[in-house]
Amino acid sequence: MAQMTMIQAITDALRTELRNDENVLVFGEDVGVNGGVFRATEGLQEEFGKDRVFDTPLAESAISGLAIGLALQGFRPVPEIQFFGFVYETMDAISGQMARMRFRTGGTRHSPITIRSPFGGGVKTPEMHADSLEGLMAQQPGLKVVIPSTPYDAKGLLIASIRDNDPVIFLEHMKLYRSFRQEVPEEEYTIEIGKADVKREGKDISIIAYGAMVHASLKAAEELEKEGIQAEVIDLRTVSPLDVDAIVQSVEKTNRAIVVQEAQKQAGVAANVVAEINDRAILSLEAPVLRVTAPDTIYPFSAAEDVWLPSYKDIVETAKKVIDF
Amino acid sequence: MGFETLEKIENEFQTFQILNENGEIVNKAAEPDLSDDQLRELMRRMVYTRVLDQRSISLNRQGRLGFYAPTAGQEASQLASHFALEKEDFILPGYRDVPQIIWHGLPLYKAFLFSIGHFQGNQIPDDLNILPPQIIIGAQIIQAAGVALGLKMRNKKAVAVTYTGDGGSSQGDFYEGINFAGVYQVPAIFFIQNNRFAISTPVELQTNAKTLAQKAVAAGIPGIQVDGMDPLAVYVVTKKARERALNGEGPTLIETLTYRYGPHTMAGDDPTRYRSDELDNEWEKKDPIVRFRKYLEAKNLWSEKDEEQTIEQAQEEIKEAIQKADNTPKQKVTDLLGMMFEEMPKNIEEQMEEYKAKESK
Repeated sequence: MAQMTMIQAITDALRTELRNDENVLVFGEDVGVNGGVFRATEGLQEEFGKDRVFDTPLAESAISGLAIGLALQGFRPVPEIQFFGFVYETMDAISGQMARMRFRTGGTRHSPITIRSPFGGGVKTPEMHADSLEGLMAQQPGLKVVIPSTPYDAKGLLIASIRDNDPVIFLEHMKLYRSFRQEVPEEEYTIEIGKADVKREGKDISIIAYGAMVHASLKAAEELEKEGIQAEVIDLRTVSPLDVDAIVQSVEKTNRAIVVQEAQKQAGVAANVVAEINDRAILSLEAPVLRVTAPDTIYPFSAAEDVWLPSYKDIVETAKKVIDF
Repeated sequence: MGFETLEKIENEFQTFQILNENGEIVNKAAEPDLSDDQLRELMRRMVYTRVLDQRSISLNRQGRLGFYAPTAGQEASQLASHFALEKEDFILPGYRDVPQIIWHGLPLYKAFLFSIGHFQGNQIPDDLNILPPQIIIGAQIIQAAGVALGLKMRNKKAVAVTYTGDGGSSQGDFYEGINFAGVYQVPAIFFIQNNRFAISTPVELQTNAKTLAQKAVAAGIPGIQVDGMDPLAVYVVTKKARERALNGEGPTLIETLTYRYGPHTMAGDDPTRYRSDELDNEWEKKDPIVRFRKYLEAKNLWSEKDEEQTIEQAQEEIKEAIQKADNTPKQKVTDLLGMMFEEMPKNIEEQMEEYKAKESK
């Protein structure tokens, strides 16, 4: 096994599927010669040629539209949106078109497309680069929304996403790209979409998170342990569809839960998780389920990120509130 | 300094015409080499489609059809362009472009089901190269670039053909689509059916460009303006664009100058609010069927009897198709849930159970 960063695991997954299936195509802004602005597609054009890994003009809507058309010709496109904040430019092509293809053709056509895109805060980007827009995607029927938090998960989930015959939005938190290395098998493997993962076991409270907030939650769990509180950290890995079974199972064990998201509080994935717990496990609860989120402002200017983003301290504080309820 | 370039370029875009409104050939050299049977077939399709339009409007008024965008006036743009295509070509229609996909092979009853709002109308047979009519203006243009790139990569002898209107040429997706097609030199034909009004907004308020065809220049692809009421001209230009595409010479933008006689759709649009009788009359004089009939009659290729037979056949087939559409089983929520994903995720699975129970009550 090799030690890989998340970005290396992603490149490895792309290479694996480009090798496995000649219908897989990788394209987007600067993904070819340049290997992507984060180097996620480094070396792929060299290895697989300009027909299968190629640069596009700078126009997000047409990148998604191109993917839809290519899928209609039996290809399995893996386009990249350079930063997910640019997704607004292509909302129709994704939500209005790609997500609806199977439905609007009565099941006779489909869109086996995986849109990869970096997102997430804490890396001092200019405006529109760092927003957490997974909630927007999760609200769209017809899309699956996958967010890995580790190199191992990233590889297995990306391969599963590319093989999926429905459109997947695969969001890669920028802060996790090179933040740590992990053992990642060189051979191919998949991780089922829609399955959460227990990243740390505990009996006193469930901390439900995804993306970079999994790591903040793990750090919070360490802090809580110092005070004798054993927190269980659930990594959703897929925010649509939600793994409600895993959530309920954990809550039934711990009887307490908080939900953590980097996104703003309003609407959003965390609210949906709370609603599912309410629907399915309310009688197991000893305390209300609270959320740790960013405040409901526009994503801030980069020098304000430190005070704006949820931190492990916020998670510790909220967990204690629930414990002490 | 180049400020005068615009005028020079704009004046280069002249309307291509072969058959004038009196049914006379004005461009003998360009007259297509169509057989008598082909000429008669094109006429038959235009007459048939005019009947279909009239019947659809009337069925809509009776409440038997739903969403419908009238097509009368645009038969040459729609059907003569389609006449130059082959079965393997892939059509991405706008919502007014139902006739093209019918003549490409969509069963008529499915077109009615689309209008009624039944998913079976959008279920496309495996061997039929079309998408259902697009509602979002321009969304089909970027998809056409993708289909065309796919055709090129697969080395298929086929083109992707997409239709929009004058309003559609203002959308970002229009520019992005023709630009992508140009970059990748894909076999695509982009039609702008310039019927002068996007609902009520006249083309003069869509753009300061003198022609819509000239928008091709910015994408580095050929742009042709053609008399969209002239079936021969539309056919010839499309045929040529298709040949070029198959020869690897890339995409073409075609602007057809046409007119819709009816309202935008049957959902309450009143064209008298934005169009004058004078303008309507001016365009009705250019009618594609009238001029093509004159042309064929002069060649002894079309008679009143042919016309009557076509109308009768159309009426008969429409009657059967609307009955078939009416007899289609009603949609259930479980049908809809079943069309969301290849494999049902848990939320869909649970709702499927919930609605199965409701539906069995």
